[in-house]
Amino acid sequence: MSQGAVTTADAPPRPGHRLGLGGPGLTRGLVVGYISVMVLLPIAAVTATSLEGGLAAFWDAVTAPQAVAALKLTVISSLIVVVVNVVFGTLIAWVLVRDQFRGKRFINSLVDLPFALPTIVAGLVLLALYGENGVLGLSGVSFTKVGVVLALLFVTLPFVIRSVQPVLLELDAEMEEAAASLGARPLTIFRRVVLPNLAPAIVAGGALAFARAVGEFGSLVLISGNIPFDTEVSSVYIFGQIESGNTESAAAVSVVLLAISVGMLFLINLLGRWTLRHGS
Amino acid sequence: MAVSSTDAGTKNIVQGGRLARYGLRTVALTYLSLLLLIPVALVFYKAFEEGFSVAWEAVSTPEAQHAIYLTVLMVVIAVPINTVFGIACAIVLVRHNFRGKALLNAAIDMPFAISPVVIGLSLVLLYSTRDGWFGQDLAAAGIEVIFTPVGMVLATMFVSLPFVVREVVPVLQEIGDDQEQAASTLGAGRWQTFWRITLPSIRWGVTYGVILATARALGEFGAVSVVSGRISGSTETLPLYLRKLFDTFDVAGAYAAAVVLALLALVVLFAMNFIQRRDRAILAGPSVATEPGALVPHLDVPDGKENR
Repeated sequence: MSQGAVTTADAPPRPGHRLGLGGPGLTRGLVVGYISVMVLLPIAAVTATSLEGGLAAFWDAVTAPQAVAALKLTVISSLIVVVVNVVFGTLIAWVLVRDQFRGKRFINSLVDLPFALPTIVAGLVLLALYGENGVLGLSGVSFTKVGVVLALLFVTLPFVIRSVQPVLLELDAEMEEAAASLGARPLTIFRRVVLPNLAPAIVAGGALAFARAVGEFGSLVLISGNIPFDTEVSSVYIFGQIESGNTESAAAVSVVLLAISVGMLFLINLLGRWTLRHGS
Repeated sequence: MAVSSTDAGTKNIVQGGRLARYGLRTVALTYLSLLLLIPVALVFYKAFEEGFSVAWEAVSTPEAQHAIYLTVLMVVIAVPINTVFGIACAIVLVRHNFRGKALLNAAIDMPFAISPVVIGLSLVLLYSTRDGWFGQDLAAAGIEVIFTPVGMVLATMFVSLPFVVREVVPVLQEIGDDQEQAASTLGAGRWQTFWRITLPSIRWGVTYGVILATARALGEFGAVSVVSGRISGSTETLPLYLRKLFDTFDVAGAYAAAVVLALLALVVLFAMNFIQRRDRAILAGPSVATEPGALVPHLDVPDGKENR
């Protein structure tokens, strides 16, 4: 029930009461105005600019070989990142909730670090270990596609973990106990009882990770080397286009990028609603 | 409600899976160490490898100090504005019903889904003095946005916009509006109700959102990079300065700047942990075993939790 409706229906306010947050209308207007100017207007500008030269120009910009290569790398590495995140994220969430060991609390708070750490630092952090003068035998991933995937894995680490963890915490152990007492083996229990319950959270976390990976920029500029047709992702390509003054082509690729990540989130939203309605 | 090993039913899971449990733990910890722990620790090591004074010099040049000043300035302007509007947004989303609410809700999440570079581009398209939609008019009025701190603040505001809203909305939903109604029935005005009832009950949500927004504002690279033009000593924030150091082969300096930013990130992490623990202690009592962070943006993706 809206507060505005209550005040007018139950307790007709004295004139002074309309002040406050400025009455529901004013607050709402300010908020809608702020979001429109801050978010919707910029998006409109990108979309309009991408179509300024007509559909043909848009198509040319998007299908330029270098743009296609960048988009391909972006989508494929983001998909790889999602798969790795789904597996390891679920596993780590499981260990953080069900296992007990010393230092768990520390590890648990550390999981948020990729969100708190500036992306440019994230890139540098990975270079320290895996770069040219890296410490491990793994060194030399800088300026390769492996480096791109690694950077994306770093910045998207928390999504699946943090979305699975609360569900796992709330999960009723009785179901698992029942399955166990009926003779199900641990793996079967996980597959048939636990996993179906976690699935929506895993999918939601995976989708967020995908959306983030598709647009990632900061962590990639140092580690990927930004080699066209090789390690240049779309965001870096767009940056290059802006720098060289091709704002229309930059806008066109931006629209594609936007469509991919927003489309993904929208799909997941639909999927979520569908599972809610049809039950599992 | 963690599975305890004393539960009769789960006994055989635990026994049968001791090896599996250690295996899983090893895999999880190895993954986290290789991706997170060791690399971050190494940055600290590398920064001080050539001595503390070298690192200190790198971050105490006038250029570096200006970069730090500008980074702080971004936060000090963008975060308070987003906090005020974030609280208002959350109240409108939770307590009001109107047409287009779903669109508003979706629009607030957009900064999470848009690449920072695209955000930068969009601001250039709007405010560039050369061919931006409003650039020339604003320039005529004496306001230049692109390649100045004004544009950088706008970019920072864009990227850090959703955090306060997304942290406050669930709190508002949870507390309901009983107390606000009671206050209003007892004759409290809107402001009074807001200051005395609503704000105190959402304050930890607000604080949490502010911390997240601050972290994001401090570290923003892509959007600010596009908008600023990266003029040294003028429009260079600390992350941009770091990149320049790295590109000019001042690797030690880059690591030193990274340490400054990483330390800020650690402060953020501590603050988050503190609030989570406090929050949980208030809401659920001290018996909760694990506290999963709530840092995953609360995008409006139904995750089926309502099902249970």
